Amino acid sequence: MNQALMISLLRKLVNLMSKFWTVFSHTYLSKVKSKSFIITTAIILALIVLMSNIQSIIDIFDSGEADQLAVVTEQEEIYSQLESRLEADFELEHFDGTLEEAQDAVGNEEYIAVLDIRESEEGLPEATYYSRDYTNETAQNLLESQLQQVKVEIATNQSGIDPAVIASIYEPVSFENELIATGDREVSEVKTEEELNGARGLVYVILFLLYMAVIMYGNMIAMDIANEKTSRVMEILISSSSPVSQMFAKIFGIGLVGLTQMVLLLGTGYFVITQKQDELVGGVFDFFGLSDISFSTFAYAVIFFLLGYFLYATLSAMLGSLVSRTEDVQQLMTPVTFLIIAAFMISMVGLGMPESTFVVISSYIPFFSPMVMFLRVGLLDIPFWEVGLSILLLIATIVVFAIIGAKIYRGGVLMYGTSTSLKDFKKALQLSKKE
Amino acid sequence: MTLKLDNVTKRFGSFTAVDGLSLEIPEKNIFGFLGANGAGKTTTFRMILNLLDQSSGSITWNGEKIDYSKSDEIGYLPEERGLYPKLKVRDQLIYLGKLRGMQKKEIVDELSNWLDYLKVPQYMDKKIEELSKGNQQKIQFISAVIHKPKLLILDEPFSGLDPVNVELLKKSVVELKNSGTSIVFSSHRMEHVEELCQYLCMMQHGKPILHGDLREIKRSFGKKNLSIQADFDLSFLENIPGIVKVKYFGDGVLCQIENEDVSQRVLEEISGKGFIRRFELDEPSLNDIFIEKAGESYE
Repeated sequence: MNQALMISLLRKLVNLMSKFWTVFSHTYLSKVKSKSFIITTAIILALIVLMSNIQSIIDIFDSGEADQLAVVTEQEEIYSQLESRLEADFELEHFDGTLEEAQDAVGNEEYIAVLDIRESEEGLPEATYYSRDYTNETAQNLLESQLQQVKVEIATNQSGIDPAVIASIYEPVSFENELIATGDREVSEVKTEEELNGARGLVYVILFLLYMAVIMYGNMIAMDIANEKTSRVMEILISSSSPVSQMFAKIFGIGLVGLTQMVLLLGTGYFVITQKQDELVGGVFDFFGLSDISFSTFAYAVIFFLLGYFLYATLSAMLGSLVSRTEDVQQLMTPVTFLIIAAFMISMVGLGMPESTFVVISSYIPFFSPMVMFLRVGLLDIPFWEVGLSILLLIATIVVFAIIGAKIYRGGVLMYGTSTSLKDFKKALQLSKKE
Repeated sequence: MTLKLDNVTKRFGSFTAVDGLSLEIPEKNIFGFLGANGAGKTTTFRMILNLLDQSSGSITWNGEKIDYSKSDEIGYLPEERGLYPKLKVRDQLIYLGKLRGMQKKEIVDELSNWLDYLKVPQYMDKKIEELSKGNQQKIQFISAVIHKPKLLILDEPFSGLDPVNVELLKKSVVELKNSGTSIVFSSHRMEHVEELCQYLCMMQHGKPILHGDLREIKRSFGKKNLSIQADFDLSFLENIPGIVKVKYFGDGVLCQIENEDVSQRVLEEISGKGFIRRFELDEPSLNDIFIEKAGESYE
């Protein structure tokens, strides 16, 4: 290669990079400085702070005194047994008076309810629960089950059975769980219970983040492009730098906007939780159950998150370039939204049964794999080739979409009209070709 | 630095938008592009700018193919106004200028010079949507020329402007030409082209129907305009051989004649018939030529 050619190629590359950088930073800065971004982020931050302090806020409004529940009974023994067994957020009080007086007291809101305990002909306890309405079912159920136990104890005593027999009847069965070493793996490689719980937590977090990111930032990309078409500034833009580099500058720029927002949110969340550290046992990761996750699961989380974002972002950019009015963006984005909802649903089902064939198949379909394959990697022990294949398929799809997307983008940005059908894809492709 | 189009054709499916267009646009000149709506002007511009690929033929600038590495040397003012409505003039131009390879400081200096020149310095920090259409057009114009392009493409630059501002922009277009910019400029306002351009191309249904030096075109057209004002009836002129068309105005006529010699015959015919107020032999206007040429290709 001769020197002149090298220099001209180098100049082209520098030119391309500087244009890319200009579009990238313009996209990022104009979005981050926009009112809607600042307001949305502020509201979510306020919500996070509010939610994490919810207990303190409730305490402020709470009188601090526990509710009282009146018990009318002549059976001192039963009352004391019931009281000693009960662990609840209300207190029992042995009411000194008739049932009618107790009921009146409930009417005056001195008690939340009245429990009338009598002795049956067999010498066993019987009860009636009087309350104003059916809203406090918890208290009722709690009292019923405790009284049941008291009754069992009294009945056993009466029949003269050895309490040890009763105890052995109620003792839970011994049920242990052991793993078998198979040919190709050691038992020690199987995910432990703790790892699995941690992974489940992380899978939840990533699924939600990806779902939110795709819906929010995918729309943002499509909107941004449609906006530039509506204002017709697009024609000037693509006459000064290549549409392909613009498309990717937008995808990366808005990706960074998303990253900024997530770092802000997660950072605030982290800060708020560490501030309340004394209320927590263990660290922040324990709080989310994330302390027992292996490094590879974290690595996969990042890989699948990024690939998922790029897949849907490329798709959104392509669709955004097809519409000429921002009003039409929603219409074209609906199928994309359905895809991501489907992926989310499959992974929600998959959390319960990650080994079902349905989930396994979905984990190779590129639109679903960022969520579903990550779920499988997180919860199961999957041979590396399976994950690798899924990642390769995903990358290949992204590349194909990027190539088609870039072509459609180039033709689509010159296309103006109201229709938003599949024919537009063909038209846009045609415009970017020679004939 | 010539822009050369060689047998350029653009087809959209079965529709041919530009058909075998060959042009040579000399440097440091204003080249006029004429044509009715849908004649293929904008498509040609988009091909020159590399926004569309031509189906066949070649387009070269200074002997090289135009691609994005040359975009810093090219300025473009599209027919439709295209600016970010919500951005301030300053931020808008900084972004568009950077995309043409300029530095921020350079852009702001140039911008304030241009705003002063176009007598709207107060718009520096206004949003585009707050400006009137004409003033938006001025900003659009600045965005096309701020980076001192070597090749400038202006698609209907004067639409939506009042006569004072049209003059202002015309003046700056001429100044740009004098400072060495090659300008391609389209319009369906014949008088603008006549005034500014030395070379032109007239398009009809994607085909060039006239092409070359303006004076040459007028001369080779042959026909001249003869306007006569007299106190007597001039309708007998219609029967004089060599007179192509007669158009009546208030107290006079405008005849199109086949060549200069016919005028002398007419003069002989009318002399002595009465009082003649005016007898004037004129070059044909571009408008006449366009109407005739466009009409021919319709037949």
